[in-house]
Amino acid sequence: MKKIAGLFVLVLGLVLALAALAQGALLINGAGASFPNPIYTKWFSEYGKQAAGVQINYQSVGSGAGIKQVTDGTVDFGASDGPMNDEQIKAFQDKHGFAILHFPTVLGAAVPIYNVEGVTVALNFSPEALAGVFLGRITKWNDPAIVSANKGVKLPASDIVVVHRSDGSGTTYIWTDYLSKVSDDWKNKVGKGSSVNWPVGLGGKGSEGVTGLVKQTPNSVSYVELIYAAQNNIAYGTVKNAAGSFVKADLAGVSAAAAGSVKDMPDDFRVSITNAPGKTAYPISSFTWLLVPEKFSDAGKRDAVKTFLKWALKDGQGYAEALSYAKLPKPVVDKELKAIDKIQ
Amino acid sequence: MSRLRWRKFVSGFMLTMTGVCALVAVSVLFFILGYLLYHGGTSISWNFFTKLPTPVGESGGGMANAIVGSAKLLALATLIGVPIGFLGAIYLAEFSGSSVAFVVRYAADLLNGVPSIVIGIFAYAIVVLPFKHFSTLAGGVALGVMMIPITLRSTEEFLLGVPRALREAAMALGASKWKTIATVIVPAAYRGILTAVLLAFARIAGETAPLLFTAFGNEYWSPGWNQPTASLPAMIFKYAIAPYEDWHRQAWAAGLVLLGLILIINIFARAILARGIAVPRS
Amino acid sequence: MATTTTTVPNAGPVSGSRSFLHRLREGDEIARIVTFLFAASVVLVTLLLVFELWQGSVLPRHKFGFAFFRTSVWDPIFDQFGALPFIYGTLVTAGVSLFLAVPLGIGAAIFLAELAPARVSDTLEFFIDLLAAVPSVIYGLLGVFIVVPLMRQYIQPGLKSVLGFLPIFSGPAYGIGFLTAGVVLAIMVIPYIISVSREVLLSVPRDQREAALALGSTRWESTWKVVVPFARGGIMGSIFLALARALGETMAVTMVIGNTPIISASLFSPGYSIAAVIANEFTEATGELYTQSLIELGLVLFLLTFVLNGLARLLIVATSQRGGGTGHA
Repeated sequence: MKKIAGLFVLVLGLVLALAALAQGALLINGAGASFPNPIYTKWFSEYGKQAAGVQINYQSVGSGAGIKQVTDGTVDFGASDGPMNDEQIKAFQDKHGFAILHFPTVLGAAVPIYNVEGVTVALNFSPEALAGVFLGRITKWNDPAIVSANKGVKLPASDIVVVHRSDGSGTTYIWTDYLSKVSDDWKNKVGKGSSVNWPVGLGGKGSEGVTGLVKQTPNSVSYVELIYAAQNNIAYGTVKNAAGSFVKADLAGVSAAAAGSVKDMPDDFRVSITNAPGKTAYPISSFTWLLVPEKFSDAGKRDAVKTFLKWALKDGQGYAEALSYAKLPKPVVDKELKAIDKIQ
Repeated sequence: MSRLRWRKFVSGFMLTMTGVCALVAVSVLFFILGYLLYHGGTSISWNFFTKLPTPVGESGGGMANAIVGSAKLLALATLIGVPIGFLGAIYLAEFSGSSVAFVVRYAADLLNGVPSIVIGIFAYAIVVLPFKHFSTLAGGVALGVMMIPITLRSTEEFLLGVPRALREAAMALGASKWKTIATVIVPAAYRGILTAVLLAFARIAGETAPLLFTAFGNEYWSPGWNQPTASLPAMIFKYAIAPYEDWHRQAWAAGLVLLGLILIINIFARAILARGIAVPRS
Repeated sequence: MATTTTTVPNAGPVSGSRSFLHRLREGDEIARIVTFLFAASVVLVTLLLVFELWQGSVLPRHKFGFAFFRTSVWDPIFDQFGALPFIYGTLVTAGVSLFLAVPLGIGAAIFLAELAPARVSDTLEFFIDLLAAVPSVIYGLLGVFIVVPLMRQYIQPGLKSVLGFLPIFSGPAYGIGFLTAGVVLAIMVIPYIISVSREVLLSVPRDQREAALALGSTRWESTWKVVVPFARGGIMGSIFLALARALGETMAVTMVIGNTPIISASLFSPGYSIAAVIANEFTEATGELYTQSLIELGLVLFLLTFVLNGLARLLIVATSQRGGGTGHA
């Protein structure tokens, strides 16, 4: 027994000693979307090299968690792939007494991936086809809705296996936001959100889970982020945009989608750019936002956050394309730089 | 066939079957270890142990802060979970009446069945929200709470398994109850108790879900107990489901390191604590 | 003869008859109080947890009431939440895992405790304990990379061709689903059963075995009819541990179960468990009703564990033997 007691005291002592260690640099905590995680971690790391003594710790726990944590006040800023809705904004306002601000940072897209027996080319998907498949109305690959867009491709008469994300995710938000716009049925039956009641399909956890399922399951179809497909060399299809052309997702197409939104950009930057107008626009694109409180009680944190935002909107944009994100359009950047001054 | 021949046949057959069971269990185990070794072993480097994580695309990153973070979390969890489980079990086995024992055992079994993510939510409500930030402390509390039931139930089992003769002998020699427990009963049940504690330790060492809302995660070093911290299981989770090959390799390596750490602690603990009364092995 | 009234200190049994101060000085009372406090803290923590869960789920409890248990719809957009598919999935996967793990585990434990030489037994046990340390995420990954393809390509079609007339083996074979989740869970809980059962079997006094053998039983009979029942309590305890782990396992299950809230008789069908849906959706749940419905699911799991534990205990009491074992509930 003595040995146990001795060990216990030793560990206790160690624990207490560690508690006494002085605090290091200024640590700013952020939480939220996993969609932009690669670029955010790149940014925070690069910025940290320049700004001595500032450490920005970002954890990609999900858009919803980001919104929740920043509202609870347990992190200094949040990040989300879908803008906060009015209810959430009001909740923040009520709790803190000041507003929460949205700052778009980069652009990304969601693409359809599939594994169809005998098909090696990029399939074209019309909005009706996508909505029908995910609603469970279109059940076979050789359905006219799919065949008509893919002349010359031999599509089997097999059942379509739909795969979707089981974890709440920004990618699902973008995908369902698009489907809600192009299909009234979808809008009324399912709606848009980071987690929805999918009419059909299997759930895979994370982009990895979904891709794995698609790879292993013949005649399956799903959706993932563009960056994920690009980084992992996964074949993806084209989507017909509002102007009628089939566009394969790439940075140019995403930027084109954003360009259309510039004129009507609201002051709070909460805008959806799915199914955007424009001949080359990719229809399933989206901004992703940083959620920053209007007031900071700690002056050090406030200044660090403001300086970082300015850096991200200017120098930070240079890192976007290498990681398969599209840069923000210049008018949006200018508008945001002005909005940064709102933070006190 | 005579009755005896049949019984002997059954005996031989069933005992062989148990051998088969053991073989199946063990081969699955070795397969898993082998897989981990193969995938993780190739990615372990000096960098892994000494460097902080780097962003995507940059190589040379490591999980040094996660290793330290896990060590701190587990130390705190053990400090919380083991005393409560161990001393509580002593009460159940030695002092309590059957109704109190029933309630406590039941509570422990319930606690054990709570999904780890719900424990995380619980720790979030009682440690993170009041202090308004994530912390190593909250993570330690969450893991510690998870350790309690296994430690308690198993320790109690083994204490009760100590032969009555030993207790009576101690009493006959005039030892008070406390002395009996400390010097006779606990040492006699050492092996089992240690097994139980190590099992509980191993279990929580690999848990991710409770840490998501308590320790949160940290790309940097986390001094003291009041800040969020990285941990090996959380890093494994993050890296394993990411789309980057480099991160996958690091995830396997982290899994291997975690296992290695548990192994070392197992050996260490058995070596220095495993002395006790040698109850003859039947 | 005058009667003396001096009190002779009573050197009898250790509790009850001596004065409080006497017991205090000898440390027994302190020991009793201290250990009682720790034991009570366990109950306190559990109660606190239930309280937090109860408080945290007030909205859906008022809105849905008992319908929460009967409804199968889980719709975060239209705010309809029902727990039935998750309860079903949790029970089925835990059931499959125990069905596989208990016989294998007890068999292996018997082998290690009774037949294997001490060195072999200890070494193997060491490695089996290590299995318990493998993070659940790794189990999930192994499930995805190895078990799922195995299921989809060989095992499920195989079961279907031989036993396909049974409803539990019908339907398309995706590889993921209840059966796969059950198998992965079985692998995860087997170390607990083996480890604890082996220890308990080892602690059975030698004379029990020898008495049985002396009466002419075979090796197997002495093991199965004497030693194992003697260790019954501990073995049941290990099964409880395993059950608890199976009910609450999150990460590994969500990677292989298919994450689809449906109720199906077929084990090949994808499904969902309570722990998996909480893990998947809690981090992104926005809106009070949604978040609180997930917390209510946690409460439901708590209730499930409560009921299952109760049933299992009744089973023990109903079948326990007199005179053997360590005599506790």
